[in-house]
Amino acid sequence: MNEMKERKPRFTSLSGIEIHRLYGPSDLKDWTPERELGVPGEFPYTRGIYPTMYRGRLWTMRQFAGFGSAEDTNRRFHYLLEHGQNGLSVAFDMPTLMGLDADDPLARGEVGRCGVSISSLADMERLFEGIPLDQVTVSMTINGPAAVIFAMYLAVAEKRGIPFDRLDGTLQNDILKEYIAQKEWLFPPEPSLRLVTDVIAYCAQSVPKWHPISISGYHIREAGATAVQELAFTLYDGLTYVEAAVKAGLTVDRFAPRLSFFFNVHNDFFEEIAKFRAARRLWAREMARRYQPKDPRSLQLRCHAQTAGCSLTAQQPLNNVVRTTVQALAAVLGGTQSLHTNSMDETLALPTEEAVRLALRTQQILAEESEVANTVDPLGGSYYVEALTNRLEEEAQAYFRKLDAMGGMVAAIEQGFPQREILEASHRYQREIERKERTIVGVNRYVEEGERPIPILKIDPEVERRQIARLSELRNTRDSFKMAGAVAALQEAVACGENVMPPLIEAVKAQATVGELCMALKEVLGTYREPVVL
Amino acid sequence: MTVTAAPLRILIGKVGLDGHDRGVKLIARALRDAGMEVIYTGLHQTPEQVVTTAIQEDVDAIGLSILSGAHNTLFRRVLELLSAQGADDIVVFGGGIIPNEDVPALKEAGVKALFGPGTPLDDIVRFVKELPRSR
Repeated sequence: MNEMKERKPRFTSLSGIEIHRLYGPSDLKDWTPERELGVPGEFPYTRGIYPTMYRGRLWTMRQFAGFGSAEDTNRRFHYLLEHGQNGLSVAFDMPTLMGLDADDPLARGEVGRCGVSISSLADMERLFEGIPLDQVTVSMTINGPAAVIFAMYLAVAEKRGIPFDRLDGTLQNDILKEYIAQKEWLFPPEPSLRLVTDVIAYCAQSVPKWHPISISGYHIREAGATAVQELAFTLYDGLTYVEAAVKAGLTVDRFAPRLSFFFNVHNDFFEEIAKFRAARRLWAREMARRYQPKDPRSLQLRCHAQTAGCSLTAQQPLNNVVRTTVQALAAVLGGTQSLHTNSMDETLALPTEEAVRLALRTQQILAEESEVANTVDPLGGSYYVEALTNRLEEEAQAYFRKLDAMGGMVAAIEQGFPQREILEASHRYQREIERKERTIVGVNRYVEEGERPIPILKIDPEVERRQIARLSELRNTRDSFKMAGAVAALQEAVACGENVMPPLIEAVKAQATVGELCMALKEVLGTYREPVVL
Repeated sequence: MTVTAAPLRILIGKVGLDGHDRGVKLIARALRDAGMEVIYTGLHQTPEQVVTTAIQEDVDAIGLSILSGAHNTLFRRVLELLSAQGADDIVVFGGGIIPNEDVPALKEAGVKALFGPGTPLDDIVRFVKELPRSR
């Protein structure tokens, strides 16, 4: 018996799934490749949504960036494009994310600190100066004020004479995960859901190549969820948006082909790969069962992935490059459509140019040196990966049943259910680290004293002052009468249940600011305080 | 004669606009599990709200979490307001995404301790337990 002794009494995945010593045919008893795998590009899409995957086209390397003023971020965008990145992704600062202008008293000290500060249409024009919006895909991480920021983007395109049907990109616009995890909302859940639906409907009509929503598990995972919870809550959020759009009168094939997803990639390599595979299969099956779409693209789960910020450590920050590499490889083997790799210095501040370049190079090395992109779904048929894929799908379905029984996601959020599940998982994970049941290199093992500091990006405090001065000038020089009229028209349209986008675009063109528009919308739609779960 | 000390009262909160509350909730829970009375303010508190609550609740210390980069402004504002109210016996500590080079100046300004990512919860509990009482 002694020779059978193992390192630990129990081996578990990061999600807490018990892992066996060996996987074999007995772990896949009812499993058939025809039913569970199919072929790439076909139902149930387990192996990928395209027949050729990365042999046809590599994933999009899309680094999330934003800091300081619109000019600062515009310079970083040009830098990234020059270094071979092929899509842009905008990070906004906290005031913008919360629908506040840079000169709001609540914005003090926050302007341009963790993203770019955008209050006016002029800021938006400066942000995209010299970027061909009809050639580069642009992703914007904005949720509460998503419709407002999107209106500004469209107004910039209009000003440059770019037709809306040439615009391609993604608006995050996923408000449910804000209530669940990231906590950046402006209005109560139901009216927020209506704004999301308005954007989806408007895009289906007028911006056909745009992805009006990126249904995000990333933030759910960062808040402490397990892979299972991330998968379950994200896909269930997706079904909630589909249901809301169908209820608003859209046929599923008019909008579902443009839905996109956004997942985290954490440290547990095989579990993460299985998560992507399970997500595609489960989405295809649920969409087919619930809505019977005719367009196969309505069944396909397209996704972006980002390596796990919460896995990075402030201790021995160079180690983060290695963590990010392993996570990025999992995302690629999982079949993501685009990827952001975190920079090693992000537990300390926003990343420096050098750190971002290294993160981008990590993806380029995986794509062009490692030869992992030569074949589709290389782990398909692995007993272990297939068993994990099955298990993740089953556990997510168990959550679906619970959420159905609670009356759907909005009801569950109002009862604090997903919030509580995530808090418990985060508490469990922290306890495991504190008891050294899980190793974090440099934090609870292999600790070093007296570490050398690494260079950090500094945000010029002048940015805030300059933004405030610019706003003050805007307020003094614009046609206030015209602006107020456009804002009143917006409020009336929203109160009457009309689509929010056309009057928003008009109000943005009349120089109303992000803060003014969000305040106007709050007056009609209300505000929200969350149930505190501790 | 034995004197039973009242439990320490600690205000734990998120100040500013960022909603990343994973860490702050773990800390609130750890302090509560260690027998302290924890007043958790919830999200999006202004420095004014934090200080008003701290004085009303007669706390011994305030622990603030900031991940948005606004730490230099917000910690200083809380300290100023406490001082203006004659409540500078209340200890202020915190954590979040705070570059090492900002730490000395914040300590100089009166922040008693800053706990970065990866700090064991036990270290924070021990720090709070050893605080002088303001009451």
